[in-house]
This record gives sequence, structure tokens and C-alpha cells, in this order.
Amino acid sequence: MSRHRRTAWTGPGDASARPLPGGDLPTSLSPRVPLTPRLFGLRVLVLVTAVLGVNYIAWRWLESVNWSAWWIAVPLILAETYSLVDSLLFGLTMWRLRRRGEPPPPPEGATVDVFITTYNEPIDLVMTTAEAALRIRHPHRTWILDDGARPELQARAEAAGIGVVTRSRDWADRPRHAKAGNLNNALMSTDGEFILILDADQVPDPAILDRTLGYFRDPQTALVQTPQVFVKVPGDDPLGSQAPLFYGPIQQGKDGWNAAFFCGSNAVLRREALMQLGVSRYVTEVEVAVQQALRTADRVLARARRGLDADRVDAREALARVEAAVTQARAELRGGEALADITYRFQQRVEEAAHGVVSSDVAALEADLATIAEIAGELGESGLAEVDRAALGRLAARDWSPLGAIETVRTLVRSVDVDRDDEAQPVMPLATISVTEDMATCMRLHGLGWRTVYHHETLALGLAPEDLGTMLTQRLRWAQGTVQVMLRENPLAQRGLTLAQRLMYWATMWSYLSGFAAVVYFAAPVVFLVSGVLPVQALSADFFLRLVPFLVVNQVLFWVIGRRKRTWRGQQYSLALFPVWIRSVTSAVGNVVFGRSLAFAVTPKERQSVDRRPWHLVRPQLAVVALLVVASAVGLVRMLTGAADELGTVVNLVWVVFDLAVLSVVVKAVRYRGPDAEAVA
Amino acid sequence: MTRFETETTEYGVGVVRPVGRLNMVSAPQLREVVSGLVSTGTARVVVDLSATESMDSSGLGALIAGLKTARQAGGDLRLAGVGPQVQAVLDLTNLGRVLRPRADVASAFAGD
Repeated sequence: MSRHRRTAWTGPGDASARPLPGGDLPTSLSPRVPLTPRLFGLRVLVLVTAVLGVNYIAWRWLESVNWSAWWIAVPLILAETYSLVDSLLFGLTMWRLRRRGEPPPPPEGATVDVFITTYNEPIDLVMTTAEAALRIRHPHRTWILDDGARPELQARAEAAGIGVVTRSRDWADRPRHAKAGNLNNALMSTDGEFILILDADQVPDPAILDRTLGYFRDPQTALVQTPQVFVKVPGDDPLGSQAPLFYGPIQQGKDGWNAAFFCGSNAVLRREALMQLGVSRYVTEVEVAVQQALRTADRVLARARRGLDADRVDAREALARVEAAVTQARAELRGGEALADITYRFQQRVEEAAHGVVSSDVAALEADLATIAEIAGELGESGLAEVDRAALGRLAARDWSPLGAIETVRTLVRSVDVDRDDEAQPVMPLATISVTEDMATCMRLHGLGWRTVYHHETLALGLAPEDLGTMLTQRLRWAQGTVQVMLRENPLAQRGLTLAQRLMYWATMWSYLSGFAAVVYFAAPVVFLVSGVLPVQALSADFFLRLVPFLVVNQVLFWVIGRRKRTWRGQQYSLALFPVWIRSVTSAVGNVVFGRSLAFAVTPKERQSVDRRPWHLVRPQLAVVALLVVASAVGLVRMLTGAADELGTVVNLVWVVFDLAVLSVVVKAVRYRGPDAEAVA
Repeated sequence: MTRFETETTEYGVGVVRPVGRLNMVSAPQLREVVSGLVSTGTARVVVDLSATESMDSSGLGALIAGLKTARQAGGDLRLAGVGPQVQAVLDLTNLGRVLRPRADVASAFAGD
């Protein structure tokens, strides 16, 4: 049984399909996930959690919302529903948890380009990674993709025998698209069958290609992602740098649904898949641009006509000819003609129309100048200079000239073409719709029917942010990128994806909305302790009998999956960084819906100032801590004076303790002074 | 090894004929050949694929790059002699929506 509805084409005669001798499909390549006893047990746990969770939330909605205090009751039930959906999506991810085992050996004769992407990282750091890349055992070529075009890096790389790729001239004055643009540029000047992408700080293991290329024996595999693991991070990981749950069970679970994510670094990609994506995107984008331009043409042309003086008969005629060309192009588009032919003929007609105006305009100008010369002859030399300046001034004001009117129309005309003049390259394989290019690219590859693989073995070691400020910038960027993709290419609406793939992408996006739920989870106990208002109707036995088993089994599931992994830090940050998550959503909505800038920042790899403890970065969290402490004191007094119910107070105090335990991580993060300071201490 | 034969017709149309495979290895050469023709004043180019055994997406990328180069010089790039494998590739990526192959080199710019 195949869950893949479409077969990806992978090149002439499946040249890249290199089955192992004997023709057996190794288990690590089979799309089936074997049902081991362990996985069976996990599924039972997932099911029990789901049933208990749905039972609790249904009861909450139907029976226990305190509508009289709707202003806190409704936010709380929404937050709880959010968390339940999060838990269900997590369960779905675990349902097909896949451990691939030993990878097959690399395909014979595979050619590989290793790309090291850099923008402003220290040159020593880039060179350390590049020199390690040279030592990768499988034959390959190493390239530094220097978006900063630094001569010093160029010289050092060349001395070490490493190629450097910088942006071609086509990128001048055009959108650069950050890392995606850097990679797209390099794809055009290299020719390896496979591409290993490494961030500047990710030092690869010599075996990285030997351990990953084998998956490409399956001709439908487009990507193999390996974990991102960071060195120089203390055991207690104060900044939550390691993501053991994501680079582990979550990616393994997504892998089971053929939805392993591309994470931007430590991944190998198949060039053919990227180029196929780039070409099909080119077609889509040209189609959309041409259709849009032809749709808005009437408005633009009408405006141009209104801007013309009544006596500019020649320009009116030219506009009429452009209009006729638009009408004809629309008809040809409806008739299914090829876009290159439609646009070629359209451009030719417009060129003729514009040319007519230019020559008539020049004739008019010459006539004007002749008149001016006559007048000037009468007035003398100074008069000529006077008139001339005025004429030039009017010529400079574009809306005065019929030529200018046609020029504004030509902005529109330029869109009715197939050369994508607004971009540096017509073919952009890596997606440019988001500041994080990886997720969108991966989703589009899945949409074309390609497969992706998560290989769970540490094959590169990177550097994590060493201070809170840098870490917050990085998390904000990831979150913004994810929300951008959610808004621009929502996975639930993408054609070509299986339902499970849609949900796997949705699960990750959903988890970035946790900031809003966190605020409610902080507010609800404060409200009760201060005012006695309960968002639930009663803290009855019914309530506890439904909630507690769900919480317990949910934690057991989490514990089973996260066994021997440090997952608490991640749980803390998913709530404690609520200001970051909220800002990512508001700024991404502002960007996508209202076209505002994201104020995007490159993550610095070097530590910022260590002289001052950055308490100012966590002001909202500190305010919440203060509020929780004060509310607890008030609540205690209210309980002791008999103003508040004992059970309610105790329950809410326990809740406050949990909130404080979550938030305590920011204190740890602020006090952290980087790995070097730790080593000295 | 892929060869690129070029000639200019009596009407001033440049013809490029890739002989062999048009894939990720030879695609950059095609881009260069087309750029060379356009920069020497031949902005109307036909890529004759009748001797092209097979093509991959990098080959398609080079055709698109050539189309852009020719268009920006006021000319055009057209395809001729497309066989079944190349047609399949055009269909798969929908590039056929943009580039409609012509029957042969002679008719590629007929009427323009």
C-alpha cells in the first residue's frame, strides 16, 4: 500500500535510482513503519490520553463553564482547548514513531556539493567548519557561500583550497531573500547531484555523507535531515538550546508520516528535487503575475487616461492600443495559449504603441523648441535660458508628458512577461516567502510528492547562542518564520499533501501559538486569589475526576517519550517565552497582512555584552512573577480571614507554584554568563 | 559528454542544438551558449532538442534562464524538436504552460 498519491519524477531513466544488489528494499528505506511491541504500547497510551482529554474538554464546554464570569471563563476554556489540540497533535505525531536503523551505503558515483552558509559570522568560525567539511570522507566539493562577500574570507578559503560563492551581479538592486537567496544563487553555479547544507557554526563529522546519502537510493527521497546538537552548552542547558524532543521523537514521528522537516542545516538535499520545485514554482508565479497584471490593467489604464491633457490625442491613441493588447492577451490566456507566446506578442504590441508616442512626442518637443527659439530670438539670450528651464522642469514632472503616462503603464506592462524581472533569478528553488526558508521549501517538496527522511544520528556539532538576548532573537525569528508560512501557505489548504502531512506541519505551527494560552494560565489563578471569581462552575469531584487522570496520563505519555531526555527545559520555555511567541504572531500578521517589516535580525553567533545582566529582556515575565506572588499573599489572607474558599485557594496556589516553576527559567537564563564564565566558576 | 552545436539562420535566428544529455552537469553550458549568442546581438534563439537524449529539471532551469536573457535583450527563446522524454518533463513541471514547443527550427520564428 502506498500512501503517496503521486510519483515524483526523478530524472532521465531513473539514473539516480541505484537499488542495492539483490534488489531487496532495506527496512530503512521502506515507507512502512513496523509495529513493534513498544510502538503498540505507545499507541495505547496515545489513545487513552486522547479519550480522557476529549472527555474532559467536552465536559468543560458543556457543563462547567462559569458563564457569569465569562471574561475569564471563556479565555480559560479556549486556552485549555488549545492545549488539548496540542496534545492530540502530539499523540498523532507519536502514532507512527519511526526508528530507521542502519542506513544503506551511498549510491555509487554520487556527486556532492557541501554548502557552508555565512553572512557575518567570525572568519575563524567559518574556516573551522569549512576545514572540517574538507575532511568529510565521501568525495565532494566544499563551498563557502559568503553573503558578506568578505575579501579576507575569500583569501583564506582559497589558500585552503575551498571554493567561495558570492552573489552574482543579477542580485544588485533586487530582493536578496537572506539565506534562501544565498542558497539559490549557489545552486546556479554548482552541479553536484546532492547538496549538504551546513550553517557556518555546524562542524560536520567526516562520516556525515557516508551515513546519509544511502537514503537517496530511493529515487523519491528529496531530503535527509540529521539532528542539530550544540556543544559548549552546560548540562542544565540554561538557554534551552538543545531540542532533544524535536530532534528525536517529534522528527521520528513526522518521519513516520513522511513529513520529516527540513531544518535549514545538517541536511542533504537532492538537486533534482530542488530544481523541479524551482521550475514548477516559476510557472506558478509567472501565471499568477500575468493574470494579476491583466486583471488590474483596466484600472491602471483608466487612471493613465484621466491624467492626460485633452489635446494629447497621440497618447490617447497609444493607450487605446495598449488596451486592445490587454484584451487580446486576456482572450489568448482564456484560450489556453502558452504564456511565453502571449506575453511576447503583448510586449511587441505595447512596444509599437509606446514607440508611436515617443516619436510623436519628440516631434512635439521639436516643434515646441522651434517656437521657443523664435520667442527667444525676440527676447534675447536671457529669455531663452528662462523658457528652457521652465520647459525642462515640466518635462521632469512625469505626469505632464504623454511619454510619462505610458511609463506608468509600462510598470504594469513589465509584469506581463515571463522573465521575472523583479527577481534576481527566474528559478528560486528555496522558498522566499518566509524568513525561515526551510519549512516552506520542505512543504512544497512534499506537495510535489517527494519523500523526506529523518536520520537520528548526531553528525554535526554546532554553537548555540551564548546569551539571553541572542537566544531571544533566534527564537523570535524561528517563530516569525513559522507563522509567516502558516499565513502565506497554510498547510491545511495545500494541495498535494496527505492529511497526515498537513497535520504534521499544522502541529508545529500550532505549538507557536502557545503564548496566548500562557497568558491565560497565568491570569486565571491571579483572578481567583484576588477576587474569588472561579472560571469553572465548581471545584467538584466531577471536575477532579475528569481532569486529574487526563493530566496524569498525558504526563506519563510525555515521560515515556522523553525518557532519558531533558524535556523539562523545553516545557518551561514553551510557556515562559510567551512575550516572544505573542510578538512573533503579531509581527508576522503585520508583515503578511499589512505589509509591515518584521524587523528581522540575523542571529549573532558571538556573545553580546556580558557586563550587565539583561533583566530588561524579561520584564513581562518578572511582572507576571510579581503578580503571582502578590496574588498568592492576598489569596492566603482571604482564605485565613474566611473570605475565600479553602479548596479553591489551595488548588490555585498549587497552580501558582507550577507557573512560578515554569517562569523560574528566565531567572536562570538572565544569570547565565556563557560557557566560558561557567568553566571558570 | 554533451556537445552544443550552434548556427545562425539566414533570418538572423540563433540555433543551439544540445547533443546528448541536458542535465545538471551540462545545463550551465547551455546558459553560457545562449548568453554568448545574445551578447553578440542574436537575441532570437531556438533551442533545437531533436538530438537531446534526455533532460532533467536543471536543463529546464537553463532554458528558463536563457528565455530571460533573450527577453531582456528584446528577443525570445523558443523550443523545437521536442521528443517524448522532454515533453514529459515539460508536462510534469507545467513548464509547457509557459513554453510551447514548435515543430521544427524553421517554423520557430515564422511570422514574427
